[in-house]
Amino acid sequence: MAELVLDRSVPGTPGTDATPVIELVGARKTYRTGSLEFEALRGVDLAIGTGEYVAIMGPSGSGKSTLMNIVGCLDVLTHGEYRLAGEDVGELDEEELADVRNRRLGFVFQQFHLLPSLPAWRNVELPLVYGRVPAAERRERAVAALERVGLGGKLDNRPGELSGGQQQRVAVARALVGEPALILADEPTGNLDSRSTEDVLALLDELHAQGRTIVLITHELEVAEHARRIVFVRDGLLQSDEVNPR
Amino acid sequence: MTWSETLRTGWAAVRGHKLRSMLTVLGILIGIAAVILTVGLGLGTQKDVSQQISALGSNLLIVTPGSSTDSDGVRGGFGTAATLTRSDAEALASSVNAPDIGAVAPEKESSLSVEANDTNWTTTVVGTTVDWLDVRSRSVASGEFFSEEDDAAGATVAVIGATTATELFGTTNVVGQQVTIADTPFTIVGVLATAGASTDADLDDTVVIPLTTAADTVSGGLDRSSVSTIYVQAASADQLSAAYQEANQLLLNLHDITDADSADFTIASQDSLVSTATSVYRTLTVLLTGIAGLSLLVGGIGVMNIMLVSVTERTREIGLRKALGAPPWAIRRQFLVEAAVLGLAGGVLGAALGIVAALVLPGLLDTSIVVSGAAVGGSVAIALAIGLVFGVYPATRAARLAPIDALRSE
Repeated sequence: MAELVLDRSVPGTPGTDATPVIELVGARKTYRTGSLEFEALRGVDLAIGTGEYVAIMGPSGSGKSTLMNIVGCLDVLTHGEYRLAGEDVGELDEEELADVRNRRLGFVFQQFHLLPSLPAWRNVELPLVYGRVPAAERRERAVAALERVGLGGKLDNRPGELSGGQQQRVAVARALVGEPALILADEPTGNLDSRSTEDVLALLDELHAQGRTIVLITHELEVAEHARRIVFVRDGLLQSDEVNPR
Repeated sequence: MTWSETLRTGWAAVRGHKLRSMLTVLGILIGIAAVILTVGLGLGTQKDVSQQISALGSNLLIVTPGSSTDSDGVRGGFGTAATLTRSDAEALASSVNAPDIGAVAPEKESSLSVEANDTNWTTTVVGTTVDWLDVRSRSVASGEFFSEEDDAAGATVAVIGATTATELFGTTNVVGQQVTIADTPFTIVGVLATAGASTDADLDDTVVIPLTTAADTVSGGLDRSSVSTIYVQAASADQLSAAYQEANQLLLNLHDITDADSADFTIASQDSLVSTATSVYRTLTVLLTGIAGLSLLVGGIGVMNIMLVSVTERTREIGLRKALGAPPWAIRRQFLVEAAVLGLAGGVLGAALGIVAALVLPGLLDTSIVVSGAAVGGSVAIALAIGLVFGVYPATRAARLAPIDALRSE
């Protein structure tokens, strides 16, 4: 079961896949506060194929967070199109968006966002709970995901009993468990010391090597360099989009 | 998310803040216990009253002097206490005049001091006829009731209630003893069997003497022929309303009254007495339950308050759950269930407190409290409903939070 669920042994071929995981066409996002209008995205075209490992970089206020919210289906575009794994998510209502997030996306946040009252495996199974997976299968998959991130011995520990690096690995396991098309990591190392940072980045590298599609949002070049493709955002536009030579 | 998942999450959230949850539950608990107790007290009092009235006998019409107020608010004849007489009672007892009337017992009642040896005791002295035993559903425990001959001769014999016997002699074994009523010595010929517990009027604190004796020896004067009450027993339960018609017509004729509205007597059935007496208590019960209900409302506001705190506190959790794919209805349900758990806990604990109080309080306060299953079930259901109703707003607020804002909140 664990093998079947967690190992995608067919690595994606960047850029050549028929249906990209992410396809943004003329993406615009305008925020309105009273009479003030702020255009956070001013026409972004971006395609990310299966198996790619892309870092999105940019200074604060560049629109990078907005891009992440759009890509993560946490917000919708004002203009333009967004297709996630071939599915047009522009027209979806809140409930349908929730379903898309549940099936297609795995999030890793800067603040880990684990529920402190639940043991590690309960945290990991959460996406499956909303995906209506039967309880026995949930537990099995949560355990497999925790083993995958090297925390097979910490199943019943609560987040408070784990180090920052371990907590973030629990969060990665949670992002993995639902077999998403895309893992979206928003500053995953922002709250970690350098050792844990290496730890988590190594884990993401491994996942990429197994064929996972990963989008990493960061403002640190060192972190972004783990990705194979780096996209720079500035003033709501893509400034550059290049392959990382490593 | 399945119901059991949601319940588990709700329960965990309630347990996660024990003190806070307990205080919120307390608000509901007090309201529910108050409702159960006030309803129970009202029902208990109604039960006591109807027991007292049914203890008078069965299938009874109670004829009293005076008349009821007419529709214009004019009262006729009340206080002219001499309107009913022994001959009225005898006429009512006639099977020719009133075939539907089984037996009749006139009562001439006065509160008098009864003396025995060095003791005296003020009690209700009832002058009546031999049919009294049947009509009032009483029996004699020892000795015997006085006879028709005793009544005709105005014999100074008395039948005594158990309470009176005990107060005067310290025992109920008093047949053959002497008591003095209004300076006349009486011989005790029998002791009444106890009528059972009736809380207000002690039916066992009485002395029963022949009506003739009461008229001639005890009261005398102008008042001698009058009686204070005539108990009319219908031949059967089905004949009660026919007996009422007959008694009414007969007494109107005897008293030469043509207009029924100006009758100088009142006939009441036990049922009408019960409904008159209990209607007062019913109104009071409704009023008190309303007040207790207000405290439930306050408890409900407490639930809403704590749920709003809970939503604010867990904004990030809500954001996370939404990011992981929780649709708005699942979030709403999660918080509704949490509020319902608070309400239900208050309901169940409040019902338990109410039941315990209903068992303990009657011993301390000398009142009956009737806890009905409907009142308990109803209040637990109301508590649950309060949790749900006051949980709707906080839960909807939680469900409407935008996931990005919720995730970023500190």
